[in-house]
Amino acid sequence: MKATEKISLAAKKAKGARPYFLADKQTEQTLSMVMTLAMELQVANERIASLESLLVQKGVLSQGELDAYQPNKDEVAQRSLATQAFLSRLLRLTQQGKQEMGENPPSMEAIQAILTQTK
Amino acid sequence: MSNETLPSWLALTQHEVMAKASHDDVARLNFLTHLNVHLSSQILPGVREVYEQEVKPAIIEATGSEPQDRHQIRSAMLDHPYYQFWSALRRNTMEMRHQVGRGVVLEQIEDIVAKVDALNQGADTLELDDALPIPDNVGLVDIHCQPGCYYEEYFPNDVTVAASYDIGLFVTTAGLLGGLSDGGGQAIAKWLKEQQPGFAPKRILDIGCTIGHNIVPLAEAFPDAEVIAVDVARPSLRYAHARAKALGVNNIRFVQANGEDLSRYADGSFDLISTSMFLHETSHQSMPNILAEIHRLLAPGGVCLHLEQPQYDGMPVFEQFMRDWDTYFNNEPYWGPMHELDLAQMVADSGFGAQPLEQIGLVSLVDESIFGKRSAGDAGEDYGRAPVWNAFLIWKAA
Repeated sequence: MKATEKISLAAKKAKGARPYFLADKQTEQTLSMVMTLAMELQVANERIASLESLLVQKGVLSQGELDAYQPNKDEVAQRSLATQAFLSRLLRLTQQGKQEMGENPPSMEAIQAILTQTK
Repeated sequence: MSNETLPSWLALTQHEVMAKASHDDVARLNFLTHLNVHLSSQILPGVREVYEQEVKPAIIEATGSEPQDRHQIRSAMLDHPYYQFWSALRRNTMEMRHQVGRGVVLEQIEDIVAKVDALNQGADTLELDDALPIPDNVGLVDIHCQPGCYYEEYFPNDVTVAASYDIGLFVTTAGLLGGLSDGGGQAIAKWLKEQQPGFAPKRILDIGCTIGHNIVPLAEAFPDAEVIAVDVARPSLRYAHARAKALGVNNIRFVQANGEDLSRYADGSFDLISTSMFLHETSHQSMPNILAEIHRLLAPGGVCLHLEQPQYDGMPVFEQFMRDWDTYFNNEPYWGPMHELDLAQMVADSGFGAQPLEQIGLVSLVDESIFGKRSAGDAGEDYGRAPVWNAFLIWKAA
């Protein structure tokens, strides 16, 4: 079996009608994504914790060194920018909604009408 | 284990045919285990509050009387956002368990099948029957939302669904079934040894054995007994047989057969017949047939023991409603109908005649230093998933 087939097979739907509990299917699908992302975040956290343990065991770090680490001034600035960029990506749609206010752009159909005019 | 922390999935006994989980897969399985416990201990109590404070008063106001049955409560609760969200999370967590479990297994399925094949090779203790149909009670929906249920095969000699079931039980039960997910079978074995000290069954039958996790402890408890475990699901039996061998248990014969028709075995040929969390996966059509076969197969003085969750009769309607969640939302359609049966009547009708149905409380027997302890009535009881059972016994007159 190909690796991609295995990925699909792992995600196979169980036979039987799937109950939806929330207001609409899209909301429930989004919840499913959120929970999977939450799981993957915790997986990444555990992987980082394991890496730290290995680095301590191998003498690269001492116990508690990572927790006590204080980024220097340049690093603080770089992280601040990175955090702002992350928030901007995370909340793009919300932020763009703010830009939308007061805009009254023509519909695609209206634009299409312009673009398809013949002389 | 302290009461504040849960064991890791790695605390499970990593037997030879069990799927191996990588660092990140272990983290996923542990996350889902914690999520299940969080949902039952932190979110679920709010379901009762919502019911008591909002839904029940609304029902009383609308109808002039207390809620009459679990269906009325379910119908009203399904409109409440808290219940909706808890239910959506619970369903989704089950689906995540299956996706993760299947992913882990499929990634190494060729290795697992090779090990299973090697252990099963030439064994006369594995009897498969390709012609045996899957009965409706197993085939109409995938039980517990497990894709492929217990029986689907994706290639010859496949054991995917069984191997995934084996690694996922821990997640839903938060490890409370113990290192081999066999806390139920261990509890039955201990009860028989302690409460029936003279009882030494020569032949034991287990019906609906799936991966054999609950019959292995009985086979170990009675090593001189000839044990037969039947199921309709071929991949589960293949895996169960190899798993038992891997655990060094050689006195179990795994047979692909339907418990409704065990005519291959003679009348009175078993001293002990067991089922574990099986009857709620049968049907009104099959359960009387199975009980009649059990009556026929039991030797005089023999006993059958059914590990189940308690019946609804006499239970507050709210608890019935909570326990019924799996009936509608976890692909366990016979859970509710089975738990409202008049068991004593059905047992009587199956040939045993009128006799008091003996019921015993059993709690999953596990290594508490690793897997912790849970007893009936614990806070965080998950209405049907906690491994606290109400086994019922039927003795056949000597």
